[in-house]
Amino acid sequence: MSGIFAKLALYWGYPFVRYALVVGVLIALCSSLLGVTLVLKRFSFIGDGLSHVAFGAMSVSAVLGLADDMPLTLGVTIVCAVLLLRTGQNTKIKGDAAIAMISVGALAMGYLLMNVFSTSANLSGDVCSTLFGSTSILTLTKTEVWLCAGLSALVVTIFILFYNKIFAVTFDENFARAVNRGAQGYNLLIAVTIAIVIVLAMNLVGSLLISALVVFPALSAMRVYKSFRAVTVCSAVLSVCCTALGILVSILAGTPVGSTIVAVDIAAFVCFSAAGRLNGGTAA
Amino acid sequence: MFQLICDQVSVGYDGKAVLQNLNFTVNAGDYLCIVGENGSGKSTLMKTILGLQPPIAGKIETGDGLKQNEIGYLPQQTAAQKDFPASVQEIVLSGCQARCGLRPFYNQQEKQLARENIQKMQIESLTKRCYRELSGGQQQRVLLARALCATRKMLLLDEPVSGLDPKVTAKMYQLIAELNRREGISIVMISHDIAAAVQYASHILHIGDTVFFGTKEEYLKSPQGPMFAMEKGGAAV
Repeated sequence: MSGIFAKLALYWGYPFVRYALVVGVLIALCSSLLGVTLVLKRFSFIGDGLSHVAFGAMSVSAVLGLADDMPLTLGVTIVCAVLLLRTGQNTKIKGDAAIAMISVGALAMGYLLMNVFSTSANLSGDVCSTLFGSTSILTLTKTEVWLCAGLSALVVTIFILFYNKIFAVTFDENFARAVNRGAQGYNLLIAVTIAIVIVLAMNLVGSLLISALVVFPALSAMRVYKSFRAVTVCSAVLSVCCTALGILVSILAGTPVGSTIVAVDIAAFVCFSAAGRLNGGTAA
Repeated sequence: MFQLICDQVSVGYDGKAVLQNLNFTVNAGDYLCIVGENGSGKSTLMKTILGLQPPIAGKIETGDGLKQNEIGYLPQQTAAQKDFPASVQEIVLSGCQARCGLRPFYNQQEKQLARENIQKMQIESLTKRCYRELSGGQQQRVLLARALCATRKMLLLDEPVSGLDPKVTAKMYQLIAELNRREGISIVMISHDIAAAVQYASHILHIGDTVFFGTKEEYLKSPQGPMFAMEKGGAAV
């Protein structure tokens, strides 16, 4: 036991470990807050879809030789998020199909463009690291950590200030729009916030992890808690704990960071499902 | 004193009209039932009245101090709501959102209003319960309490009894009639149930191939009247 602590203390001395932990936890917090809304709106896969879109946009900017791909990537992703989350009632293509279409389409076009106009020697390596999360969470600079902290603070503030509105729009969009003309605006706000979180997270932790961070904590919390507030709070706390634990385990065991975090999330989900079943059994 | 006027209104989607040249008024305290077959445009009309979509032609006006966003709305339930983790209190309170505008949180007054409407619907014992665990009739009461938080003057109900058993249906109709009588809230209700419409409503709007608008008594004497008689006969057998 003391060996583990000694090892942790040793790693704690390296700034990149601390950065990874801080950034991982912040992203986990933001994505789990939005995750509850997304899962309930039947948009669980939007994280995956949008990160593929971001990948496509990145390849385009790489081909164009842009020095900074952030503005283009963020712009394109925000536009796609808005298109996807726009009121789904009367659209011809429903939510899940639209996500599948945009995500696979963007992925294919991005890969095609990168292949045709390749500028890199290790193409498949680049692609793989974008999709499955590179080691980039371990190579963060101080500026990136501050950027991430700033944006996270912004997302959390927006979420708290608009909490009641987000609940209303998520539970019953038609009612919200009927009694409040601004409801469409809140949908837009949710879409933009999600796009920002995803672009941010994708650069840092890869797209596999984003979906897991969006979906698992929310679903786990829903197994046990029965009010929207409790689910949201539980999901945020759970997400932060699982991510921190996942990062620590991956450091100690030398496993890949992203997949270790997902493994911890899965374990938590199994525990919460069991707890929910026990709880429901005694209540019924 | 009129609360709602539809003047030569046509409603529909994508520029195609489903219903054309509709004229009717709702006065304070009226109980209007909108009846008609599936696909006759009842739900589209209701969405247009609520301002969820613009009318294709004509205009809808509100009066008597009623604003379009002060109409309480009881929508049909969506699939997503069936497993939504939310407590009854949270849902009823969300009916107050129009009152608080850009203010991020609900104030004491709004919380009090939510409590009063929960009492009115006799669901105090369910306040802390989870919405998805309630029966169909209880869920409708919760949504009705939410609609009451959004209005003091007019309720729009979209098939409020669909999927409820006869006993709960009768209770629901009684509850709505009481709101109309005691609180003076105008009711506009979409329904398939012509027998109940004739029993409770003061006015009927029948849409379909021919359009009828008038009081219940006029409706029974109208050409569409025999349809009701048939319906009643069918129910009696």
